[in-house]
Amino acid sequence: MSNINLTIDGKKVEVLQGSMILDAAKQVGVDIPTLCYLNLHDTKMKNQSASCRVCVVEVEGRRNLAPACATPVTEGMVVKTSTMRVLEARKTNVELLITDHPNECLTCNKSGKCELQDVARKVGVNNISITSNSMSTYPIKVTKTIVRDMNKCIMCRRCEVMCNTVQSVGALSGINRGFDAYVGPAFDESLEDTVCTHCGQCIAVCPVGALSEKDDTGKVIRALADPEKTVVFQTAPATRVAIGEEFGLAPGTIATGKMVSAIKQLGADYVFDTDFSADLTIMEEGTELIGRVTKFLNGEKASLPIMTSCCPGWVNFFETQFKGMSDLPSSCRSPQQMFGAVAKNYFAEKLDIPREKMVVVSIMPCIAKKYEADREEFKVNGNPDVDIVLSTRELAQLIKIANIKFNELDESKFDAPIGFGTSAGVIFGVTGGVLEAALRTVYEELEAKPLEKLEFETVRGLDGVKLASLTIGGIAINTAIVHGLSNARQIVEEIQSGNPRDLHVVEIMACPGGCVGGGGQPLHHGNIDIIKARTAAIYNIDDTSADRQSHKNPFIDTLYKEYYEKPNSHKAHEQLHTTYSEREKY
Amino acid sequence: MEELSQEKFQELGQFIDSLPSKKGELIRVLHKAQEIFGYLPKEVQYFVGRKLGVSTAKVYGVVTFYSYFTMSPKGKNHISVCLGTACYVRGAEPVLDEFRKILNIQGTETTPDGKFSLCSLRCIGACGLAPVVTVGEKVYGRVTKEMVAGILAEYK
Repeated sequence: MSNINLTIDGKKVEVLQGSMILDAAKQVGVDIPTLCYLNLHDTKMKNQSASCRVCVVEVEGRRNLAPACATPVTEGMVVKTSTMRVLEARKTNVELLITDHPNECLTCNKSGKCELQDVARKVGVNNISITSNSMSTYPIKVTKTIVRDMNKCIMCRRCEVMCNTVQSVGALSGINRGFDAYVGPAFDESLEDTVCTHCGQCIAVCPVGALSEKDDTGKVIRALADPEKTVVFQTAPATRVAIGEEFGLAPGTIATGKMVSAIKQLGADYVFDTDFSADLTIMEEGTELIGRVTKFLNGEKASLPIMTSCCPGWVNFFETQFKGMSDLPSSCRSPQQMFGAVAKNYFAEKLDIPREKMVVVSIMPCIAKKYEADREEFKVNGNPDVDIVLSTRELAQLIKIANIKFNELDESKFDAPIGFGTSAGVIFGVTGGVLEAALRTVYEELEAKPLEKLEFETVRGLDGVKLASLTIGGIAINTAIVHGLSNARQIVEEIQSGNPRDLHVVEIMACPGGCVGGGGQPLHHGNIDIIKARTAAIYNIDDTSADRQSHKNPFIDTLYKEYYEKPNSHKAHEQLHTTYSEREKY
Repeated sequence: MEELSQEKFQELGQFIDSLPSKKGELIRVLHKAQEIFGYLPKEVQYFVGRKLGVSTAKVYGVVTFYSYFTMSPKGKNHISVCLGTACYVRGAEPVLDEFRKILNIQGTETTPDGKFSLCSLRCIGACGLAPVVTVGEKVYGRVTKEMVAGILAEYK
């Protein structure tokens, strides 16, 4: 492809043909404000609807202003990005957006992180000189995961691109037209009755307060204040490398110890780690994997490939989109649910309290975990194994409400006995991590000798679909690792059509990058480097850890000895495994 | 429900199957579906989406975008009142209001007994007869407010 030469604000620049003015401007250090535009490089997330008109610039010889995000460069183009005409137009465009946007910044949960707010400051909107006589009025739709307030929507369509293109879910679409247009599910049904996977990626890209998670912090405050309740926390792997961002720490800061201290200071009775139940997952899923592969090698009918089942967004996607293959996913419950089951059975017995007196709170990088915890199959007589799920963002909010100075906290350790996890559990937080953790254990099981190099580099990285073939114990095992649900769709449809790659194991995570890029994490505002920094931090924890294999976790050993007997035992099946059903939804 | 009969779904299914490609055919299929069912209820939109491999949300998005598509069933006798320029200046609005009053319906929905449905449209090309009303295929010209009750009586 040939290069194009153009001039931006008097600076000469040479860029690839097909580049947009915005890309070219970035190359010469010219900052053009954007609002609807979002480009999460290395993933399929690119929104270029050019609907907000904030990035307009002057192009010599062109009558009207051009949106820089969606105008391709041409040879000899002369662009001016901050003339009076441009600055006035930007300001007017933002004013127009605000005339149909509620003035609720004081109570909006996106306040301070809102891109409309930022851009309004940036272009200098100090008052609204345009009077409008109508304002959108939509009811606020609350589900147990996602809250939609279409009054705040600025029609940037990022959520639609995420839901339809990146995730290939298709729960959201533009409805109606003109002033009455809004983004919503089919027939305005509740998202729970649609194919929505509750992955929360729509929230992760929403620039304003139109999409947010259901706020469950109040439930936690009430539980902590109740002297009758024993409140038990678990924190997911990916939360520890992201929560610092909410307190101004650099992306990729490892804040495990501070997070534990903060939760203890909130008044938790016990702070445990989901890494522990991730290790437990490896024991259960590894055993299941070896069982299925052995069956296959003996010429028996085996359900292959085995697909991971840790990710509730993926499980929802699988149940609503695919038919006739519900034997394929691992029957293992996710680490969150395994933890809940262990806490409310094994640990409650140890404490000698009834399960109803225990409240299990999960801190998750995820929105779909809220949905998962509420599934009927994970309740005993109506009492859920996991009572409340908070996103990383909500935990940060709770810490702020409690007036805890996060950055000044000392580091604390997780409590025993179900707070110790190996770093094989930690890497569950990134794409490829679950498979790598499984391989570290399965290898030693099948080869009956220690694994010398614990790192499986082929399963790492941000490629949407990664393939790796390994020979373990004389068996060739073909694996695929996918993240982002459209990549999952591609692989699952392949398997449906006869599994041409002969896959034996497939790891699937719904969110781009895995849980580090989860829908409940601090907002990345389109900066993929933040997700990369979190990923690096996860591997950093692993590199510096002394315990890196799940089956070497001494507390897992104790748990089996004292309670579950052995992986895939009858009791383990009862409490740690599940089944899947096909669900017809809009 | 008789109007959502298996036969109709079969007919629509066959039409979709007969298309050389399922890509980019959503609007054409919705036209056909509305021709068969008379309107596009949820069940039909869901069926179309599944058949074409398009999300139900997207189907609904298209149905709500184009005013031609309707999600409510038309009555046995469908009344259209022309509000085009000629009809409007010659008093079509009071005529429309009178239909609404007698039929006791607000906008453009169908009466509870399913006998009548009402809509307004813009010009049917019979401006010489303004204001014009059509009931089914039958055209009424120079309609006044006073004539409305009489027209409706023909279909009782």
